[in-house]
Amino acid sequence: MKRIIPMWIAIIGGFAMMLSSFVPLAESAGEMFADVFNVVAAIAFVLGAGSLAKQHLEKLSRRDAGWGYSIITLGSFLITLFIGLGKIGIHPNEQFPQAPYSGSNEMEGSAFGWIYEYMITPLTSTMFALLAFFVASAAFRAFRAKNTEAILLLVTAFIVLLGRTFAGVVLTGWFPDWASGLRLENLSIYVMQVFNTAGNRAIMIGIALGVAATGLRILFGIDRSWLGGGDA
Amino acid sequence: MSSGNFNNTNASVRPWFERLDRIDRRWIFLLMFLAVAGPILWIGVTGKTLPEAPTLAARAVFEEIDHLPARTLVLISFDYDPASAGELQPMATSLVRQCAAKNLRMVFIALWPLGNQVAQQTIQDVIRDDYPALKEGDDFVNMGYQAGNEAVMKLLLTDFAKAFPKDSRGEATSNIPMLKDVKMVSDFPLLISISAGYPGSKEWVQYVISAYNEKMNFVTGCTGVSAPQLYPYFPQQIAGLLGAIKGAAEYESMVNASLAVDGVATPPKYLQAQRRMGPQLVAHLLMVGLIIVGNMIFFARKRRGAA
Repeated sequence: MKRIIPMWIAIIGGFAMMLSSFVPLAESAGEMFADVFNVVAAIAFVLGAGSLAKQHLEKLSRRDAGWGYSIITLGSFLITLFIGLGKIGIHPNEQFPQAPYSGSNEMEGSAFGWIYEYMITPLTSTMFALLAFFVASAAFRAFRAKNTEAILLLVTAFIVLLGRTFAGVVLTGWFPDWASGLRLENLSIYVMQVFNTAGNRAIMIGIALGVAATGLRILFGIDRSWLGGGDA
Repeated sequence: MSSGNFNNTNASVRPWFERLDRIDRRWIFLLMFLAVAGPILWIGVTGKTLPEAPTLAARAVFEEIDHLPARTLVLISFDYDPASAGELQPMATSLVRQCAAKNLRMVFIALWPLGNQVAQQTIQDVIRDDYPALKEGDDFVNMGYQAGNEAVMKLLLTDFAKAFPKDSRGEATSNIPMLKDVKMVSDFPLLISISAGYPGSKEWVQYVISAYNEKMNFVTGCTGVSAPQLYPYFPQQIAGLLGAIKGAAEYESMVNASLAVDGVATPPKYLQAQRRMGPQLVAHLLMVGLIIVGNMIFFARKRRGAA
């Protein structure tokens, strides 16, 4: 039963969603399943929170390597949860002044907003900014012209790196109009719009065919690997 | 002899390319830091920016918005979070600025959990600060974040109010004056997505634009890594595309030129993308230099091996 019920839910839901795109009568069924999906997505947040807590509590109890980080993760999670649910620092909504919890977490001056502005924003931006350093190091150590394919990649990288900045204009901006296609900024656009588009379209068509094939296998109950293990 | 001395002795007899190849990567980090910090300081002190020549894709974004009549409804989806704000916020700011200046009615949504906060911040920086006459509910509204990714898009195809039952203030969608005539996503002649990945521009094309390509236009701004995946959709499904900070700088320069007032300097917040092209230029040059040096080492070692 653990496998059969989810499989039939997937089959009915999948066909309803698919038909809703082609058959007007099935539109409402598709809408209903989309609603259900939203509810499930909301429940998934709770499930995710439970999973996070379980994983880090286990790590803590076993004193695994890096268990100190688990304390920080769990502490941050619990504090943010408490502030978000408790609506700390939030004034009631103007329309419902008698209801103390009617204000929104997005309200200016809220503790939740403070966490966002002074913790999440700088921390995530820092993580993203670190990429530049590691990309530079990787470019120095790994970007070597070892074979023809690597040389092509190198030439493309040079064109795009220089063409996407003012360096392209300085280096090749003096080219006469009849050779303007060879200016780095134009070559960079050409690479993106022609070679990249052709390659990406091929990949996308391949992926789409794969997704359609896998989708049909799931809809017809042939592929059951997504159900995982457990009793039938 | 200590191991440190032994290594030093060995290092002194190593050929130049061996020594360079074994360089501590912190030196490269330092170079990158200087490559980025130098132009930031220089631009901060002088206020100068590099000139931008808008490409076709960036011009198309500007023209799509510019051609819309005043009071047209525009749906703006903030599909990113603060991690990519460095790359995407300047274009978001300029997009909202152009829409506000054109007196378009803006509906903000977010499919990323922190997208709502980014949208709020943009509304504050652009609309509340510089266009205070615009009224929430009549001229713009922030519907906030909705979980569900593509499912939200599918719902938008048939019922906007079901996908977003209330705005971020808690006001029911049915009570918002500017949304009175909005039944579904196709009631917006223009959809704008500022996207850092999934769910974002690609999913908007697949689930919404493919269904309503005739009724609505779609323009998008995206990060550098996702731009190559979106070019195949330009210009059919995606009418205009801003790729990373370069696209943002091109678009920003067009918006600034169109809204320029004689004798009044453009505020720094509307120059963020153009200012970031300076650090990008030097960082890219450094990358090119590092690749060249890396390959010199590679070929020198190869020649030594062959000799």
